[in-house]
Amino acid sequence: MSLDTTNKDSGSWVGRPIKRFEDLPLVSGKGTFTADLKANLYARFVRSPVASGKIERIQAPEGVKLITAADLVGVKPIHLVLQNYNYMPVEQPLLAKDVVRFVGEPVAVVLAESMEAAEDAADLVELEVSETTPVVTIRAALDPDAPLVHDHIPGNVVVDAQFSSGPVPENVYKRVRAQVRTNREAAMPIEPRQAHASFDRISGRTTLTCTTQSPHLFRTAIADLLGIPEAKLRVIAPDVGGGFGQKATLPPEFPVIAWLARHFGTSVAWNEDRRENLMSGFHARDAELSIEGSFDANGKLLAVEADVRVNVGAYSSFPTSYAVEPLMSLNEMPGVYDFQSYRCRSRGLATHTCPMAPYRGVARPMIVLLMERLFDNAAKEFGLEPTELRRRNLIRTFPYKSVTGLTFDEATYVETMEMAVAAIDIPAFRQKQIEAREQGRYLGFGVSTFSERTGFGTPAFAARKMQFTMGWEQVEVSMDPSGYVEARIGASPHGQGLRTTIAQIVADEIGISPDKITVVHGDTDTTPYGWGTFASRSLVIAGGASKLAAGKLQLKLKRIAAHLLEAAEIDIVIKGGAAVVSGTDRSLPVETLARAAYHRLPQLGGSIEPGLSEKAIYDPYGTFSNACHAAIVEVDIQTGKVTIERYIVMEDAGRLINPMIVDGQIQGGVVQGIANALLEEIIYDDTGNVLTTTLADFLPPTSLDAPAIEIGHLETLTPASITHAKGLGEGGTIGPPGAILNAINDAIASLGAQIDEIPATPRRIYQALKQAKAKAS
Amino acid sequence: MTDLVDIRLKVNGEDHFLRVEDRRTLADALRENCCLTGTHVGCEHGVCGSCTVIVDGQPVRSCLMFACQAHDKTIRTVEGLATDGKLHPLQQSFIDHHGLQCGFCTPGFLMLVVGVLESEPQASDDDVIEAISSNLCRCTGYQNIIKAVRSALPEMRAQGRTA
Repeated sequence: MSLDTTNKDSGSWVGRPIKRFEDLPLVSGKGTFTADLKANLYARFVRSPVASGKIERIQAPEGVKLITAADLVGVKPIHLVLQNYNYMPVEQPLLAKDVVRFVGEPVAVVLAESMEAAEDAADLVELEVSETTPVVTIRAALDPDAPLVHDHIPGNVVVDAQFSSGPVPENVYKRVRAQVRTNREAAMPIEPRQAHASFDRISGRTTLTCTTQSPHLFRTAIADLLGIPEAKLRVIAPDVGGGFGQKATLPPEFPVIAWLARHFGTSVAWNEDRRENLMSGFHARDAELSIEGSFDANGKLLAVEADVRVNVGAYSSFPTSYAVEPLMSLNEMPGVYDFQSYRCRSRGLATHTCPMAPYRGVARPMIVLLMERLFDNAAKEFGLEPTELRRRNLIRTFPYKSVTGLTFDEATYVETMEMAVAAIDIPAFRQKQIEAREQGRYLGFGVSTFSERTGFGTPAFAARKMQFTMGWEQVEVSMDPSGYVEARIGASPHGQGLRTTIAQIVADEIGISPDKITVVHGDTDTTPYGWGTFASRSLVIAGGASKLAAGKLQLKLKRIAAHLLEAAEIDIVIKGGAAVVSGTDRSLPVETLARAAYHRLPQLGGSIEPGLSEKAIYDPYGTFSNACHAAIVEVDIQTGKVTIERYIVMEDAGRLINPMIVDGQIQGGVVQGIANALLEEIIYDDTGNVLTTTLADFLPPTSLDAPAIEIGHLETLTPASITHAKGLGEGGTIGPPGAILNAINDAIASLGAQIDEIPATPRRIYQALKQAKAKAS
Repeated sequence: MTDLVDIRLKVNGEDHFLRVEDRRTLADALRENCCLTGTHVGCEHGVCGSCTVIVDGQPVRSCLMFACQAHDKTIRTVEGLATDGKLHPLQQSFIDHHGLQCGFCTPGFLMLVVGVLESEPQASDDDVIEAISSNLCRCTGYQNIIKAVRSALPEMRAQGRTA
């Protein structure tokens, strides 16, 4: 279902669901992924088998090539600094030195001539650690007598941010609370993390091919850690098998692999296995959140007080640091609702667990779940339909300045919710719900309404006071003498289809067909510096820069055409691969203009520089896409199993560059969100050991868990993005926990049961039902 | 080092004579020894199915089979799906229905579906769709994979290309 079909007849490439240029090699087995490269030596990391302890001894039998922290002379530790929010920096040595702080932490590395031999060798390494008591959970970390994960951080509080603004309201009619527990997640890209480093003896350069979303940023980080100029390091992201944030964060293993290749003057590969990936490949969303909302008699939300506690693991990772989830929670909690009185405390707590990294949606699946549970709890108190209470509180006028100082551009918070309400037909559903209950079936309906901050540039990152102020992207667009175009981008797509969508943008801007355009990415040697692909930013920012650069290129083509066609520049139109003098039949193919730019300069009057190459930078404030997710579920009260009967996404991500790709992003994102709501969990035992190290235990969804998703679009043509595209990579993942948990609670409310923890597994729902029953009797 | 064995793998109609460790998996033998890197390894536990290939007409997790167990057997990998430069209808259908994003799991899904239909030509469309749940995809949310498979089935059956 596509409710808005604007922009289909304009003859433009933007807006069309063209097939992806990425696909042919990928369906043919000709994709090139990092693990496809052969190496002279294979690395296997020796990892800490315990969560906390002192390294007493590490030793390998003769013949085993063992490298420990002591060997990495002059190599710096990962060390992120943030100048605010009571942030406490820590140092993470690439290989553990003296102490270990989580199960799976790399302690040493062995090299051998095959993967199997490297695994054998690693098994022979004797690692002796005297165990100390670990801190695993939020509650344990907050205990006044808790052991310290880092000696210099009292109370294990690594970030403690507070916000307070607006008057404490007086005319409060009801105070309503909600609290949620979100258990630990993993991004789990289907391709684990891989690295292949090759040292070139002649140039002294190392080429690191690896699974990264940010090749330029990784080059900077690794060069800094190793103490070498960036010129001595080339980073390539070949085909990358999904990332979802995990591959935007620097694994300590990568600089080690680059160091090994340099040190031994050869090629070295590390192919992470799934166990390593689930144990030490970064986690996310391990949090407890609570909220109190003050409402007036009409159900208008006046003020919010919230408390957020995030288990951020043992170390602060590059580039976002372990403050990212607590700080985003603090700043973006108010979401799509209109209130100007807000108090929040948000803490990050260090524990002896795997470090966290941003995972698709970052923090927002947690805070949206919290806010949406508050609204449903409040709706119950007021005796209103949850959507009616939202109707009274959604922001309606734009631009809107949020209580935390964010400017929301034109959006459709109310409209998308009304679309979902219409699609559900709430009165009809309520009737059906009553009838079903009479047959012993428990149906529930839930929504979540939210916005997603996307495509934010330098100002947003500057506000975070991060060590690396990210934001802009630059793009080089060149046309060769045969009229073919390369767009070289600093962003680094890995499944998003940017080679297709950016080609569509560039095609329109120049006036040629996208099949003449190659989007080059993922190689620090052939692309301009850029920050990479994360935070739903690439199409907005790299797409915007592409539009600007391509526009400049078209201007130059027009100047050339004006000379060759002896017409005024202003009368030249370039479209469909030809330059035409408006109102005449005089035209020239773009190829002729391209030839002239390189080979026939004298015909161009001497005023035109040779060549066709333009560069542009785009650095926007940022925009907000928005959506309403609605779910109808059935809860089997005998087993606690949840079945999703309908799942609806009504969203507004601005101009749809390629509707086919947009829907693909939404579908994939929603299923990850459903997994977060119902299935996936990284479980630690009391000793800090990870129990979920296979995909059979972690429980990612299969096709049987994934419902058909009904999607509707609005296209608000925001001025905040020059392509009018708002980003949407993460939105799909943000909505499901709120919509599904609300639907589950709606289904079981009549039994007096309530669940506020995700994943809402059958066991947890069954427990909630059992408790309700015990309370009732 | 474990024992070396001499084996013959008939992959995509071509004989490969290999000397491999007896513990080498079929997936690693295809990737490392035969240089057919289209078969991907996603978990090595037999859960994700990215490494699915067809062995003697059956879809198989190549990470759970030793190469020496595939001695003298007929193996098809994703590289052998297209014929005479023309894509297999299922490959084309994955492109047409946006059945892939990062593409890492795609070869496994293609070989799974082709293998299911090869081993059970009488399987109904719904049976084949249900078999898709054997493999994991992290990007697409599966709906477009289901569409791609459903739409390719008539042509796959008609052409008997999977026989």
